[in-house]
Amino acid sequence: MIRPLIQGLALTLKHFLNPFKVVTMQYPDEKWTPYPRFRGLHELQRDENGKEKCVACGLCSTVCPAECIELEGDENKKGERFAKTYEINMLRCIFCGYCEEVCPENAIFLRQDYELASENIKDHIYNKNKLLVPLKKKK
Amino acid sequence: MVEALIFLVLATIKIGVVIGVLLLIIAYLIWVERKVMAHMQVRLGPMRVGWHGLLQPIADGLKLIFKEDIIPDKASKIVFVLAPVISVVPALMSIAVIPFGDTISIFGLSIDMVITDVNIGILFILAVTSVGVYGVILGGWSSNNKYSLLGALRSSAQMISYELSLGLSLIGVIMISQSLSLVDIVDSQAKYWFVILQPLGFLIYAISAIAETNRCPFDLPEAETELVAGFHTEYSSMKFALFFMAEYANIITVSAIAVTFFFGGWRGPYLPPVVWFLIKMALCIFFFIWLRSTYPRFRYDQLMKFGWKILLPVALVNILITGLVIILL
Repeated sequence: MIRPLIQGLALTLKHFLNPFKVVTMQYPDEKWTPYPRFRGLHELQRDENGKEKCVACGLCSTVCPAECIELEGDENKKGERFAKTYEINMLRCIFCGYCEEVCPENAIFLRQDYELASENIKDHIYNKNKLLVPLKKKK
Repeated sequence: MVEALIFLVLATIKIGVVIGVLLLIIAYLIWVERKVMAHMQVRLGPMRVGWHGLLQPIADGLKLIFKEDIIPDKASKIVFVLAPVISVVPALMSIAVIPFGDTISIFGLSIDMVITDVNIGILFILAVTSVGVYGVILGGWSSNNKYSLLGALRSSAQMISYELSLGLSLIGVIMISQSLSLVDIVDSQAKYWFVILQPLGFLIYAISAIAETNRCPFDLPEAETELVAGFHTEYSSMKFALFFMAEYANIITVSAIAVTFFFGGWRGPYLPPVVWFLIKMALCIFFFIWLRSTYPRFRYDQLMKFGWKILLPVALVNILITGLVIILL
């Protein structure tokens, strides 16, 4: 009965005498790299020619369990469909990845960015052109 | 006439210094506890507020001052406001008889390093810490909240149960030193510290002290405040801060008594007496924090069973053995 008590005390003392071995990650200074399949901020893709892959079929909007995707389709001059407006409400999104699974064009992916906080509530509605930024970066 | 005046001035200065140091220690004891407990649990503790969290107590104090002070509508207002005071004051008062050091002489005056050398020192301490229990139960009752009342009843029942074994464990020491005055007790430890002569007494004292101050592993009445309710549910801002301070002041008082009774008070080679006293007290407080970060808590019925059925008989047996040994030697 006494031995486990002493063993407990010895364990905590051992941890105390080794103050540099901690499991805490000091957040803004040390960040955690998420695993490759981590579901973070969404990204709308483009193909090799720079055209958006999204054809505004609306499957992502339908399958979304949180009902956070709103989109309107339109036709460009060549007659191809594209999404005129595409909005995701980040406060409703649960980052489940269903939109990524269901998209027939592989146009939407969930990437690694998880730091999405903002002080203004309106900033959380991510617009196609404003905040789905990698649209411009992909070529 | 002049002597009385000198005595008064000296006493006032001593009180001022001791209370100042005590309040500072209480404030920084919070930081020490959080850091030590954190490192024992392989984590870091406060790191952001000042270097390694050193300004954390100040931040906590400011936060508590600025919080809204709520008094429930149907609470008994006078008792509600008085209860934290009744908790804090006895905890601080019992430091008045504890000797910090030997007599020092400044400017030809010899000053005892104790605020007042009452010749019934230990009786004073036991009486005063018993009054602290009133703060708990009045706080719970005046909150007009049945959960506070039950939490307060549990807490005060625990405190008075363990006060018995606390007192009895100290009687062994008093039998050896033949005096109730704390200064005499420290003086009679010149040869051997009483922890060697009274190991069982020390063990009983340690356990009773932890239970008396509502610390882990005996802190069920307090942990309930994190879960459901306890006697200080309805308290906010400074009154809550006072209850909090009372708990840490109790820890310091109980450690100081342990040092005086069992570890030779301020006695020690080379270093000045006050430094020895502080070192020993620091080790006692470290032990309190060590226990808190290691053990799970007792269930309330296990706690009460332990106090009455095991600790009290063992304390009485200790007195019996001490008496026999004194007679036979």
